[in-house]
Amino acid sequence: MDAGLDGDQELTAVQEAPGSRPVRRDPAGVRAASFLHRSPRVRLAALLAAPMVWLVVAYLGSLAVMFAAAFWSTDSFTGALIKQASWDNFRTLVEEPVYRRIALRTLGVAATVTVVDALIALPIAVYMAKVARPRARRLLVALILTPLWASYLVKAYAWRILLSSDGPVDWALGPLHLSGPGYGLAAVTLTLAYLWLPFMILPVYAGLDRVPDSLLEASADLGAPAGRTFRSVVLPLIFPALVAGSIFTFSLSLGDYITVKIVGGRTQLFGNVIYDNIGVAANLPFAAAAAVVPVAVILLYLALVRRTGALENL
Amino acid sequence: MILSRRARIALAGAMVVGLAIIYVPLLLVLLNSLNSSRTFGFPPTGLTLEWWRRTLDNAGARSALWTSVKVGLGATALALLLGTCLAFAVQRYRFFGRDVISLLVVLPIALPGIVTGIALNSAFNAGGVPFGYFTVIVAHATFCIVIVYNNILARLRRTGTSLEEASADLGATTFQTFRYVTFPQLRSALVAAAVLAFALSFDEIVVTTFTTAPGLQTLPLWIFDNLFRPNQAPVVNVVAAVLVLLSVLPIWAVLRLSGDETGGRL
Amino acid sequence: MDRRTMVRAAPVAAAVLLLAAACGGSDSTSSASGSGGAAAAPPSMAAASSVGTGEGQLNIIAWAGYAEDGSNDKTVDWVTPFEKQTGCQVNVKIGNTSDEMVTLMKTGQYDGVSASGDATLRLIYSGDVAPVNPDLVPNYASVAPFLKDRAWNSVNGQMYGIPHGWGANVLAWRTDKVSPPPDTWGSVFDANSPYKGKITAYDSPIYIADAALYLKATKPDLKITNPYELDDTQFQATVDLLKQQRALIGEYWSDYTKAVQALESGDTVLGTQWQVNVNLVNGGSKAKVDSVVPKEGSTGWSDTWMISSKAKHPNCMYKWMDWIISPKVNAQVAEWFGEAPAQTKACDQTADKSHCQTYHALDQAYADRISYWTTPTRNCGDDRGNTCKDYTAWTQAWTEIKS
Repeated sequence: MDAGLDGDQELTAVQEAPGSRPVRRDPAGVRAASFLHRSPRVRLAALLAAPMVWLVVAYLGSLAVMFAAAFWSTDSFTGALIKQASWDNFRTLVEEPVYRRIALRTLGVAATVTVVDALIALPIAVYMAKVARPRARRLLVALILTPLWASYLVKAYAWRILLSSDGPVDWALGPLHLSGPGYGLAAVTLTLAYLWLPFMILPVYAGLDRVPDSLLEASADLGAPAGRTFRSVVLPLIFPALVAGSIFTFSLSLGDYITVKIVGGRTQLFGNVIYDNIGVAANLPFAAAAAVVPVAVILLYLALVRRTGALENL
Repeated sequence: MILSRRARIALAGAMVVGLAIIYVPLLLVLLNSLNSSRTFGFPPTGLTLEWWRRTLDNAGARSALWTSVKVGLGATALALLLGTCLAFAVQRYRFFGRDVISLLVVLPIALPGIVTGIALNSAFNAGGVPFGYFTVIVAHATFCIVIVYNNILARLRRTGTSLEEASADLGATTFQTFRYVTFPQLRSALVAAAVLAFALSFDEIVVTTFTTAPGLQTLPLWIFDNLFRPNQAPVVNVVAAVLVLLSVLPIWAVLRLSGDETGGRL
Repeated sequence: MDRRTMVRAAPVAAAVLLLAAACGGSDSTSSASGSGGAAAAPPSMAAASSVGTGEGQLNIIAWAGYAEDGSNDKTVDWVTPFEKQTGCQVNVKIGNTSDEMVTLMKTGQYDGVSASGDATLRLIYSGDVAPVNPDLVPNYASVAPFLKDRAWNSVNGQMYGIPHGWGANVLAWRTDKVSPPPDTWGSVFDANSPYKGKITAYDSPIYIADAALYLKATKPDLKITNPYELDDTQFQATVDLLKQQRALIGEYWSDYTKAVQALESGDTVLGTQWQVNVNLVNGGSKAKVDSVVPKEGSTGWSDTWMISSKAKHPNCMYKWMDWIISPKVNAQVAEWFGEAPAQTKACDQTADKSHCQTYHALDQAYADRISYWTTPTRNCGDDRGNTCKDYTAWTQAWTEIKS
């Protein structure tokens, strides 16, 4: 009964304890198992095959197909694709000032949203990780996660109602003789910051959780006040987590067009440029060329943050 | 951290304010689902359960919900499979291109949804694939993989290989080791990943818009269609309220299963 | 980016460039060249010769209010009776703009569309729609004669669709917030307007024609004759006017429900609307809105139901086309939306007996005065030759205007 053992292991067959169920040994399965055990390469190939085909062939392939179309153009009347390679789309993107303006505006919004979310997330995450009791901690995590299930659209629409003229925000600010921002860039920034907040809180919380209390106690023993401990000990340690959260807030804001449509009033962000060209004007080549912009920005960002180890903190 | 009492109170205050910010819009949704005015004037003039009654009859919402559930289950299953395989490969082996994978797997979720949507749409068109459940599930699985991958990777990193080696030393085959040793260790991470992946797929709208067929509406698509319609918007609010209330269940389940994830204490 | 990643990225980049270059070289696939002018001829296709039994399903793209199934108002439903009679389950996709409709039709997943004049010729010449055989649509015989064989719905005497109805884009305002009632488009272009920030405009490049129409009346030295045929000078003046207008705009709208909601909540008090938006607001209890076709005239649309060349359910589509222009149904649509029905017999069926008079349904002279949506092309149609702005230029200008 040694079919299950490798030949190079000199083990005696294990005596089965009385009363325990014998493990069924299917010879073919066992042979397959030992083959796999002996050949790590085959195991690796088997593990990698499906995901790699999916990600590289299917996903990257479809991205390549789309970006290849960026070099084409469409007939302005019938909308048919003209498959003649040219740099026209890119030239238009670079030369027309309007696209540069929209791109910079979008970058600004994405950066602002990231900063706002980081500022709000830090105290919340510190409280959750270091101050709250363990039981309360679980409840708090649940409370932070729950809004993720409320539909993105509904949350954006809730903000539309909040910010509408004579809506709750105007009503609340009325006594102070102020009025809400109405629809526009500020509304978009507020709403996006709200939508992506859990995506920033969770990695930062996880990162803070990993900071051992002993380090903090040591820092206090050495005489550092809480603020100094935070600045010199905690912040560098959770920096990858902050960056991980920023990947979400930044990239999600960069491509968003739906929130802009709901609370943006007459504003346009870069996502709208892409959407208006593909969803509305059927101008796939120009939309693909425009899509290069956020993709390039995000790839650059990802390459920069890889060093910080943030990708492991997602 | 030794925090002064004042700092603790300040942080607790920040927590309360933060939670308030997060929940006020959601409570507004809940309030509006009861608002007797169709156009959500504020403050509400009266409360009514009329919209809740109407939602129960709404066939469109029900079929959209069911579609979303089916798509979510399919995408989650696929993502679990692919993400776990990938996590194992990356964590347990060294090979050429290993560090690029973490970049590659995060791409579907890092790139704007509209880019992924257009790319998949062009690819499906080029390949002549008919749009329907298949295309939507494929699209969703693509960006759910990273969720599963990250969760399993983190767990594998924590558990190490010693138990598996011991199991092999004791005579278990590869499959047995996986079934009796590895899998139980992964189980809670798999559940947490599945819940997050399902939530992501359930709420996704942009990529879905580009990969669906006419007549095939997931819940977010249905919501988007009805969001501004005067007679339907209250129903949308009710649906949203229900989603929020229901979401407590899976979150609670995940937390029970994940036990004490407080690895921070030495 | 570390060297390894760069080394690996380089071949990928090279591959994409090679792919693009390789795929270039083959010519355009359609009959039209990139000139943007009316092409040689639409792809030749035969119209159906008979209508069989329904296939059980129908996927159509429609303007808001054209295919009501009771979900907006329980008493407003002409889709369910159709489904019961023919067994064709209808899936309606609302197209917010003509551009969206053209895009959706290109996917080949829809059986038909209610296309306005700025979409019809594009669809015809790209081969996305098939010619129709009017003999298969019995109710076509009594459609208003001035809607048959027009430039936007037929080519060389062959009809490409069934006329649905026509109407003008109106100027609408909240009666409680705007006074005195406006009667000119100048009220939405007035830089000193007291309603700044609460004005709206239609979110589509075709709106440029509205501004051109206004300039036609107010700046005769620009010599604008057709708001869709604008040469350089005229176009620039129009775009400048629209850029000025942007400061007044609160929201551009393309989704009619968003426009309705904005009117009801007071975020919008004045601007271009469709009559259906006005009717919907007035049907609710929160606000009252009034509308007018201003003295400079109006842009508008004459809509045609067209059948896709790739329709999977052609029989159901023909049945739908016959249904929607049947007298009773055409009357229902016309009243719900607020437009002139194409079906002459519908005038006896409207609940409001003066509906056809109000909308000048049988008045050809009035109908011809509306500047119907048309796709602008380089061909100016007069002695200016091919110097006008085509739709691509309009689209790019629109992005610029809104930014």
